[in-house]
Parts: sequence; structure tokens; C-alpha cells
Amino acid sequence: MTASKTTSSSDLILLACFAAAVMAGPVILAPFGAGYPDLLQKFAIFGIFAIGFNILFGLTGYLSFGHAAFLGAGSYTAVWTFKLFSMNPIPAIIMATAFGGVFALVIGFISLRRSGIYFSILTLAFAQMSYNLAYSVLTPITNGETGLQLVQTDPRWLDTTVFGRDYGSTLPSSDLFGITMTGYSGFYFCAVMLIICFYISMRIFRSPFGLMLRAVKTNQNRLNYTGVNTRPYTLAAFVISGMYAGLAGGLMAVTDPLAGAERMQWTASGEVVLMTILGGTGTLLGPVIGAGAIKYFENIFSAYNDTTLMNIFSFLPEGLQTGVVNILGLFVGDGWHLTLGALFMLIVIFLPGGLMEGVNRLVNWATARFKNKDDGAPTPEPAAS
Amino acid sequence: MSVLSVKNVNKRFGGLQALNEVNLEVEEATVHAIIGPNGAGKSTLLNCFVGRLMPDTGNVTFDGHSLLGLPPHEINQIGVSRVFQTPEIFSDLTLLENVMIPAFAQRDGAFQLNPWHSVSDESEVSGEAMEMLRDVGLSDQAQDIASQLSRGDKRRLELAMCLVQKPKLLLLDEPTAGMARADTNNTIDLMKRIAERGVTMVVIEHDMHVVFSLADKISVLAQGTVIAEDLPEKIKGNPKVQEAYLGGAHL
Repeated sequence: MTASKTTSSSDLILLACFAAAVMAGPVILAPFGAGYPDLLQKFAIFGIFAIGFNILFGLTGYLSFGHAAFLGAGSYTAVWTFKLFSMNPIPAIIMATAFGGVFALVIGFISLRRSGIYFSILTLAFAQMSYNLAYSVLTPITNGETGLQLVQTDPRWLDTTVFGRDYGSTLPSSDLFGITMTGYSGFYFCAVMLIICFYISMRIFRSPFGLMLRAVKTNQNRLNYTGVNTRPYTLAAFVISGMYAGLAGGLMAVTDPLAGAERMQWTASGEVVLMTILGGTGTLLGPVIGAGAIKYFENIFSAYNDTTLMNIFSFLPEGLQTGVVNILGLFVGDGWHLTLGALFMLIVIFLPGGLMEGVNRLVNWATARFKNKDDGAPTPEPAAS
Repeated sequence: MSVLSVKNVNKRFGGLQALNEVNLEVEEATVHAIIGPNGAGKSTLLNCFVGRLMPDTGNVTFDGHSLLGLPPHEINQIGVSRVFQTPEIFSDLTLLENVMIPAFAQRDGAFQLNPWHSVSDESEVSGEAMEMLRDVGLSDQAQDIASQLSRGDKRRLELAMCLVQKPKLLLLDEPTAGMARADTNNTIDLMKRIAERGVTMVVIEHDMHVVFSLADKISVLAQGTVIAEDLPEKIKGNPKVQEAYLGGAHL
């Protein structure tokens, strides 16, 4: 079975466009002030996180409020892999993905005994439990409030014995056979992961397995009476999305070898829910777009402060200027969440299908106009689906 | 040969004896109707067949397997399909997908982890599903979303979803409830065609028109007890049945 046989040509085109857009990210996003590696890395990492979350929430409809637990667990696992084995990012992300999956298997096994709001609360409770444990009992593993860091005296067993690398007295950073995982090389490492993750998610969406997951969302009762045991399906979806979260956490540690418990907090779990809904739940591209949009706005709006606003509105008379700045000041800097909230409300009210619905509407509107102009000229059939 | 056999089933809800020593034998390749006034225990009995309710005593066996305590998906996997009072379909999916899902469940069993396959490559399953849709007269709408269908069409779709699995026993709970007369007649015709293929059916029904046009045998349930079991033409004249339905007046 080869990929070309089982992936339809329209999907291959979508994948190719996606890969090209991601790889050209630094160029495409430069005019928007987002063409620098730190932010691009965030886009890619949170894109992976949201794609994984969408496999659970978008397909099965099970809303987890605890996915940050797997993200955090992935980060800790990656940093421990750096400390114990090697600074090479590959073992670190493999371990992070695997541990995310195992952790999700345990939490999912218990949480999936319930559905709807009870499931959401159970996952939230588990994530908050993990967060508090990371700060208290598990301090020997997590290093508590300070966060887990690399130190010079780490054993790095694989590096010393197999690769024969000695970092001397400098604190090493993660590197892939000599390429340091910071800046653009770090971004491209994350970008390749994002493309692989997108492809896997696409295959899941198009598979009979994915069809069963969508059936769980629309009518679980019927599916049971159709001879399908829904529990292993939802558990598999939960574990897969946990692995995505673990990988995302691992990549965070790859680009910045540090892990803190705040990554497990419920706000981080809530953020991935927002990303998925904002972009378009249950769509392939939506979660990536949602993740990008939120991280972009976070970056833009939180960078403004009262002084920059004062400069922007310096053309206004003084009294009015202070008034405008005082009001707008609430929406920027630390208050950028207010902007996010307003944006989210607008999207949910006017575009319930998220940004992807907006894109689809635009495409439909454009094709309708195009067809009218051509006045009945035969339109090319879309590639076989 | 009897496929489904119900032996001495009792079910009590608090102070109410919902089923009282119910015995029933359903013969292979027949349509067996269960009728009775409201509250007679018809739906309780059906729920005992599909693992939704556990009888207090007694046993329900299908093809030699006891159905008691089995989860719904296992009961389906041994060959029992069920049609609900309100059509239960996958309303967000297309008609074709609706029928492909049970076909996959039939082929692959209760769980199959195959995220690397592609639905579009499963031409055998989709062909089978398409054939089934053609059979119930919905093939033109195969790519439509199921929620747009009329009540009668949803029922046809649900029947297609059950039939694609080639069930040994089909349970129908008031299959024409809430339908317009024309839809009812279409559904009766469809069920007749299904019966002719030798699918064993158990029908629970209020509508006497439906019962008498379909059933090979009728059991009458009243206050949790089977008060009569006979051929349709004989049931009509049975004084006990008239008593239960009309308080003694003649049908």
C-alpha cells in the first residue's frame, strides 16, 4: 500500500500547499511582523497541539479541558531525556510523544467512563491535579517552582558514550547532529514535525477509523446498536491527541530546554480549546489557523503599552488623546485577553464554524461570482475526491 | 425452528409488575408482531432483548446465545439489529456514510484501529452501501446530509443501515409511529419485501393496519402477560383480545 494510492489527489494538493506555506512561513509572515523564529516556532508547536486536540474534540465531540497536562508532561519528559541521555532532539521528542500517550491512556481510561460535561470536568480535575502535584509532591522530578533545567553535571549518557560529545563547561543547547535548535533551524525542525502531524491527521480524517469517530459525535447510541464498541474508539482518539500534546510539549523543550508546571495549568488547556473553535472545529486546517491567529494576536497586542498608544494617537487633542488611550489601554498589554475574548465572541456569534467557515464562505462567494462572469462556460471538475 | 426464545421473563419496576412470566418463541423467517394496549410492557420486553434492561428472572436466548447482560454492540455482532421508535441515524453524516458505518462494523467487528486506511479505497463497502440505498429508494440522495430527510425517509435509511448488516433478526419498535399515511404504506411495502427475503422480524406496533398487513403470527400482551398468541385472522376473533383492547366491545 503506497501513499499515492490511498491519498486522493485533492488531499495531496492540500498537503503540498500546506507544506509549502509552512516552509515559506518566514517569508509570508514577514510583512505582518511575524517573520521571526521565536514566534514562528510557537505557531508550529501550538499548531501541532491544536491539530491533536481537534482529533479528539473535532471528530468525537469529547471536550477535554485537561490537555495541558499532556503538554506539560511532554516538556518534562523531553528535558529529562536531555539530562539523562542526549541533547539530540530526536530521542527527546520520541520520549515526549510516548509519555504523552501513556499518560493520556491512564487519564482517558478513567475520564471516558463519562461523557459530556462530566467528561470535561474529570479531565479538568486530572490536569489540575497534575499541575498541583508538579508543584508539590513531585518536586524531585519537576523541580517545583524553579522549573526543570539543564545543568552542566547532567550525565547525558548517550552523548558521552555513543556520540562521544563533550560540552565542556558550557551549558549545552539541544542540537540535531550539530545543528543548534535555536532560531530558524529550531523553527524548521518544528515545521517538519507540523507537516508530518498534519499528514497523519489527514489520514485519520479520511479513514474508516475517523468515520467511526465522527459517528461517535453524531449518535453514540446508534453506533452501539450498530455493533461498534465505542469505548476503544474514543480511548484511541484520546491517546492520539495526548501524543500530539506530548510532542508539542517536547518541541517546546527542544527550542528552549526548560519545563515549568505552568504549562499544565487550566488556562493552557482552555487556550487550545479556543484555538480549535476559533479556527474551525472538525476541519483539517482550522486548528492550525486558530493556533496561529491566537499566538499572533497575543504577540501583537501584548506588545503595545500606554506609551506606544500615546504615540499613535498623538494627532488628537490632549484631553481626547488620554481618554482614547485609557480605554484602548484596557485591550492591550496585559489586558490583551480582553481583545481575545471580544474576538472569540464575534467569531462564535457570526461564524460558528470558525475562521474556516469564513474562508469557505469567501471561496463560495468568489466561485459564484466567477461562474456568473463566465456565463455558463464549463468549469473544470474538481480533482477526483 | 425458533430463533428467539423468551422463557419465563419477569420484570418489576417498584410496585409495578411490568412483565409477568412472559414466554415467546419467534420462528425463523417469520414476522412476529407483539401488540397490546399502552403500558402492556411491549417496550420493556423489547429492551430485554437488546441488553438495555435486565429481566429479574427468566432468560432470553437468540440462536443458542443468552442475550442477558450482553452490551448492545455484542448483541448486534451476533446478528440482532434494531430499529428505534424515533429513527436513530447519524444525522450529521451523508446517507452513504450512514450505511457504510454499519457495513464496516459488520466486516471489521466491534473495534478496528485502521487510521491508515482510506474510506475512498473501500469500494466494496461503499458499493454494498450504495446497493442498499438503491434498494430502499434513497440512492439519489446518497451524498446528502441525513438530517435533511423526511421522517419516512429517515426510517428507510435506518432500515438500510440495519439490512446492510444482513441481520438474522430485526427488531422494530413501532416502525411507523408518527408517519403520514403515504409514508406508512411505503414503509409497509419495504418491510414486506424484507420479510420475503427471509429476514426474521419482531415488530412492536400500535397500528393494526400495519400489524395485519405484515405479521405471520401475533402475540398480544396485556398488563405484562401474553394473553393470546395466534395467526392474525384468529387473533381478530379472540374474545380475550377484544376484552383487553376494547373492554368487551367487538372489533
